[in-house]
Amino acid sequence: MTTFDLFNARDTTPRLRLVQLQPTLILAWAIMALAIAWAIAPSLFTPHSGTVGIAGNQLKAPDALHWLGTDEIGRDVLARIIYGSINSLSGALVAVSVGLAGGTALGLIAGSLGGRVDAFVMRMVDVLLSVPGLLLQLSIIIILGFGTVNVAAAVGATTIAGFARLMRAEVVRVRRTDYVEAAFGSGGRFWAVLGRHILPNALGTVIAYAALQFGSAILAISTLGFLGYGTPPPTPEWGLLISEGRKYLTTAWWLTTFPGLAVILVVLAANRISQSLQRTP
Amino acid sequence: MSTIAFPLRHEPDPVLNLEGLSVAYRMPDGWRRVVHDVSFTVRSGEVVTLVGESGSGKTTTAQAVIGLLPSNGRVDAGSIRLNGTDITGWAGRRLDAIRGKVMSLVPQDPGSSLNPVRTIGAQVGEILELHGLRDRRERQARVIDLLTRVGLSEPAMRANQYPHELSGGMKQRVLIAIAVALRPKLIIADEPTSALDVTVQRRILDLLDELRAETGTAVLLVTHDLGVAADRADRILVLKDGRVQEQGPTRVLLERQESAYARRLLADAPSLLPPKQRSVLPTAEVLVRVEGLHKSFRVAGRPSVAVEDMSFSITAGTTHALVGESGSGKTTTARCLAGFEYGESGRITVDGVRVFGLRGEALRLFRRNVQLVYQNPFTSLDPLQSIGHIVGEPLLNFERIGKVERLERVHAMLERVGLPADSIARTARSLSGGQRQRVAIARALILKPRVLVLDEAVSALDVTVQAQILRLLDELQQQLGLTYLFVTHDLSVVRQIAHTVTVMQAGRAIESGPVAEVFTHPQADYTRDLIAAIPGRGLVPRTHPSPTYARAAE
Repeated sequence: MTTFDLFNARDTTPRLRLVQLQPTLILAWAIMALAIAWAIAPSLFTPHSGTVGIAGNQLKAPDALHWLGTDEIGRDVLARIIYGSINSLSGALVAVSVGLAGGTALGLIAGSLGGRVDAFVMRMVDVLLSVPGLLLQLSIIIILGFGTVNVAAAVGATTIAGFARLMRAEVVRVRRTDYVEAAFGSGGRFWAVLGRHILPNALGTVIAYAALQFGSAILAISTLGFLGYGTPPPTPEWGLLISEGRKYLTTAWWLTTFPGLAVILVVLAANRISQSLQRTP
Repeated sequence: MSTIAFPLRHEPDPVLNLEGLSVAYRMPDGWRRVVHDVSFTVRSGEVVTLVGESGSGKTTTAQAVIGLLPSNGRVDAGSIRLNGTDITGWAGRRLDAIRGKVMSLVPQDPGSSLNPVRTIGAQVGEILELHGLRDRRERQARVIDLLTRVGLSEPAMRANQYPHELSGGMKQRVLIAIAVALRPKLIIADEPTSALDVTVQRRILDLLDELRAETGTAVLLVTHDLGVAADRADRILVLKDGRVQEQGPTRVLLERQESAYARRLLADAPSLLPPKQRSVLPTAEVLVRVEGLHKSFRVAGRPSVAVEDMSFSITAGTTHALVGESGSGKTTTARCLAGFEYGESGRITVDGVRVFGLRGEALRLFRRNVQLVYQNPFTSLDPLQSIGHIVGEPLLNFERIGKVERLERVHAMLERVGLPADSIARTARSLSGGQRQRVAIARALILKPRVLVLDEAVSALDVTVQAQILRLLDELQQQLGLTYLFVTHDLSVVRQIAHTVTVMQAGRAIESGPVAEVFTHPQADYTRDLIAAIPGRGLVPRTHPSPTYARAAE
C-alpha cells in the first residue's frame, strides 16, 4: 500500500525541479556543452592558432597571454586543447555510434529470436569479450591503418560486445513483461511488437550505457593517440597532446596536466550524464 | 463471535493512546501532511483495526506508532502514549529498548520480511538475544517453543530451515513467532494476510486471536478488507485521505454508519454483500468448451503437473468463475484458453475452433475473439506509450482504417469504460490502478471479442475500485453479450459476478455448477473450507442493533 503511495508521489513531481536540485548534473552538462562548442567553433574561443607556433615563444609557463602556457614549438596549449576537441569528441561519437548500432542490433536479434541464434551470437560476443580491449583495438588499427576514423572504429568495435550483452539482457527482460504478451495477445505480429514495445523499452538503459561509453571512448582514443596510433601530428588531439608533453614532464608540467584535465573532466561529465539518464528513463 | 470481548464492567488502562496525531512527508515542494489529527486508544486484550483504501494513511499511522516512518516522514503534531509513557519523537536508539519487548510488528509481506541467508531459528533467536537472553541452549529451547506455539509442524526441523523452504503462510507464522516472542503489550499487524490465500488467511488470523486471548496482548490490525475487520475487531477506525472518517465498536459501525464514506466502503465490500442471483438461459449455445485439459511444466528439471483432467463449458453471454488458491492451476487453465499455453492433452474449443492446433496467422486471427485481461494493471501497460496508443494498437493489427477513425473508436471505447477523454494523451504512469485496469479492459474490448478472460483482474484493486470495475464488467456483458472466464481466489467476488463456477485444487476441478448451488450446497470438503474462510461471513448488517452493543456505543 505504501509503495503505491510513493509511486504516485514521485510521479507528480515536476521534472524541472529534479534538475534544479542537482548542481553536479548542471555542471556536467555545462562541461559537455563547452567541449561541443569548442569542437564546432574553436576560433570563437581563442585568438591563437592550434597548429602554427610562434618562434621565440617556446615552453612559456601559463601567463596572461597564454593562459595554459605554450609548447616546445611555441604553440598555445589552450588553443591546442580547443582545436583538439573536435578530433577527440568526433572520434568518441563515431566509436559510440559503431558500438551502439552493432551491439544493439546483435543484442536485439539474440534476445528476441532466442534459441540457436541467441546461443551463436552470444558465444561470438563472449569471444570478443575474452580478448583484452587494447589488444583488439591495436589489431584492428594495424589491419585498417592509422588515422582518426580508424582509431574511432577500432574503439567502437571493442564496445560492441558490451552493448550486445546489455541489449540482450534488456530485450529478454522486456519480452517477459505482461505488456509485451498483451501486445501479442491483441494480434500484434512479431516485428510490430518488436518495434513498438521491445525496442523502445529496452533502449532506455542502453542509451544511458552509451553516454557512459562516450567517456570511456574519449579515454580509449586518447590512449591510442598517446601510443601514436591515432591522429598524426601536428593535428591536435588530446591523447596526442599528453604524449607529446611527456618528454617535457619535468620542465613543463602544463603540457601534460591541462590536456589530461580536459580528458578527465569530459569523461566525468559523460559519466554523470549517463547516471542521470539511467534514473529517468 | 468469540473474538469480541468488549469491556463493559471495568475499563483497563489503554495500552496505546494516540492524541491528534499528524504525520507529514517531505516532498520536493515541501512538507505534505498525509495523516491528520488521528486519535484513538487500544486497551489491553483489544483488537482495533484501521480500515481504508490505499493512500488512506493507515500504514503510515501504524509506522508512526512503532517509529518506523520512512526517512522523509515525521510526526508533525499530537502524541503517542504507550502504556502511559509519551514516546512521540523518541530516537531509534531509545525505541529499540521497547520495540519487540513492549510493542512489536507483524509486517505485510512475509516473502520479503525474512533474511534469506539465515535460518528460521537464528532469526527468531535474534530478538531473544537482542533483549538479553545470552544462553544459547536456553535460547534454542525457547525458539522451538515459539515455533510450536505458532503452529509450525516439526519445529525442530523448521528452525534449521531457510525462508525459501517455507510457504507464505509458514513464513507469516515465523514472523508472528518473532512478534510474540517477548510477550509484548501491543502487536501491530500491518496487512498481515494480504499476500496469503483465504484459507491460510483465516488460520493466521485465528492464530493471532488465540495468542491475544492467551496473553491479553492488544492488537492494532491494519487492513483494507472490511470483512477481516468485521470478523476480528472490537473496534474499527475508518480512514480516508489521512483523516478518521468514523470510529466505533464493530457491531455498531456495521449496523449504522455516520459517514458517507464508511457507508460506501461497506456497500462495496464484496464479502458483506448479499449474493446476486443470476440464472443461465438454458436455450443459449455453449461458446467455450474445455475437455480433459492436461498441462505440466518442468520445474527444476522435473515435470510438475499444473492442470489435470480439467473440463467445463461456458454458455454464451455468461460468466464462469475459476476459483482456487495459488498454485491450483486456475491461471494456467485461463492462459490455455487464451492461446498462451498449450495443453499436452485434452482440447479447448471456442465457437467450434480448436485452440491448440493454432499457429501463426490462425492464432493471430483467433485472438480477435478471445482477449486476456491481466491481474496487475501496473505491468500490463507499456510504460512509454500513451493511453491512445495502447487502446488503439489492436486496431492497427487488424483493421485497415485511417488515423481519424481509429482515434474516434478509441475515444468511444474510453468513454465506454468510464475514462476521462483527456486520458488519451497521457501515459499509464499518471493513472491510478483502477483507471489502468479500465485501460486494459478497453484494449481488450476494442476489437469486439466474444470471450474475455479475466485473470485475477480485480484482485490488486481497492474494494471501492473493485466494485466499480465489477459493475463495469456487468454492464458491458449485458450490452455486448460478452462471455467471461473469471479467474479469482476471492469467493466473495465470485458471488457478485459469476453465473457458474468451478472450484480448483491442485490442478483438478473439485466442484462445478451454478454459483447459487455451489454456495448453498457445497459438495466437496474443500469448497466448504473455502466458503467458511470468506471473511465477514454472517455479518450482513441487521436492522436493529442488539441492546448490548447499543449500550457500548454510548
